[in-house]
Amino acid sequence: MHVDPPKPHIGVLAIQGDYAAHARALAECGAIPVEVRKREELRGLDGLIIPGGESSTMLKFLERRDLFDDLKQFCQSSPVFGTCAGAILLAREVRNPPQASLGVLDAVIERNAYGRQIDSSILFSETKLPGDKLEMVFIRAPRIVETGPSVEVLAHRDGRPTLVRQGKLMAATFHPELTPDDRRVHQSFVDLVNSGLRKKMKAS
Amino acid sequence: MPQQNENKSLPGTGLRLKVGLAEMLKGGVIMDVMSVEQALIAEEAGAASVMALERVPAMIRAEGGVARMAKPSLIKQIMTAVNIPVMAKARIGHFAEAQILQEIGVDFIDESEVLTPADETHHIDKHAFTTPFVCGARNLGEALRRIAEGAAMIRTKGEAGTGDVVHAVQHMRQIIKEMRALTVLSEQELYAAAKEHQAPYELVRMVAASGKLPVPNFSAGGIATPADAALMMQLGAEAIFVGSGIFMKERATPLDVENDPAERAEAVSRAKAIVIATTHYNDPKILAEVSEQVTGTMKGLAAAAIEESQLLQTRGW
Repeated sequence: MHVDPPKPHIGVLAIQGDYAAHARALAECGAIPVEVRKREELRGLDGLIIPGGESSTMLKFLERRDLFDDLKQFCQSSPVFGTCAGAILLAREVRNPPQASLGVLDAVIERNAYGRQIDSSILFSETKLPGDKLEMVFIRAPRIVETGPSVEVLAHRDGRPTLVRQGKLMAATFHPELTPDDRRVHQSFVDLVNSGLRKKMKAS
Repeated sequence: MPQQNENKSLPGTGLRLKVGLAEMLKGGVIMDVMSVEQALIAEEAGAASVMALERVPAMIRAEGGVARMAKPSLIKQIMTAVNIPVMAKARIGHFAEAQILQEIGVDFIDESEVLTPADETHHIDKHAFTTPFVCGARNLGEALRRIAEGAAMIRTKGEAGTGDVVHAVQHMRQIIKEMRALTVLSEQELYAAAKEHQAPYELVRMVAASGKLPVPNFSAGGIATPADAALMMQLGAEAIFVGSGIFMKERATPLDVENDPAERAEAVSRAKAIVIATTHYNDPKILAEVSEQVTGTMKGLAAAAIEESQLLQTRGW
């Protein structure tokens, strides 16, 4: 008898931002989304998404609500995907202006690097993900200006990485959650979570 | 510098980008600020965005006179000072003020009933702009008319400048109730429903199918405490606008955040508490904890005591 493997539980940091759009995308990709606002809610999760929103708002909340260290620990041991503000929080170094970050992704990132809302744009990129060009919705987007040797670039804009992977971490400077008819990016993250779970099961 | 308007690089993507920024503000607090100092306090407290204006609604109400768009120099100073998105208000129908705000580069324009209306028949054609717009609404028909004109975000109007949440509640309940009612109607009944709501049939049909507005639905107008913010979020608001609730003490007197450390601390405590309450709106334990940390609340003005002709919410057509 064929039994489907259990669906992974993937948290979505729900301090502020478009966490609901990420939760919808995860559900469509066969995961169970779980909203995370407190550190105890990180327990038992198989992965986590840090959504788009305002990175400074999220950072202040993490620091004030005693969530920063637990989240950092989680990012060091489990699959995590950050989009836009989430990518900023994951990066090793943040510029324009400098601000604290979780520091787990070997990349330097610049906030609001393309200008204000009026400079927001929808562009397409070649991608290493399976299939055609990838739509990228940039909203007051940051720019990855440096990456370490362990960072794989999956899509780009003007020669700069826009979608990257480093081990169990993924980061996008755009918003794949806002392209509802193409779930390749979320699917690849859910696959990453599932492959980690399979390894864990084999090991035990 | 690739600073040309890339929004227009792909036709038909404008509305998605506009709604996209509204999506990023969800779960956050947008705070009215009248100075660079207030904007910095708001950002430090964790505001997702600030609304730059010359007088908050409580002062406009108390002082009277014509309320217009804020001075571009003030808006630009605030844009330089903070890294979060900056909004500014234009008068209803005043598309030239909106053109100026777009030119300055504000991230969102609020076509607001709080300012003195410039046109008693027409709202701004918001499709003509690259900058997204938010508009107030008291009921579903009004919300859908604004969306038809190109609004990328709706906020309940409430009664601005009062610190009395009663009308924000009324308007949110009204919109939610009217949306729910549409979801049980048959296809044929939707035509009559569109007529009743004085809203475009296509939008009425979208709401009937999804049970919600096609753009984010935020709440404004009289929200003054962490509990008020939590109330509106539990009623279905997706984010919170706080106007006079953070920086005002008496009706027309702002806290002196520049010279008086105690008053500055009071503003900071209110702002921080409302931000946390908006995230943890469903957690009474945390709401109790943050409510306890607040020192002082704006005095406020009971909305029921305001004469009909003095209401701001009736502006908008």
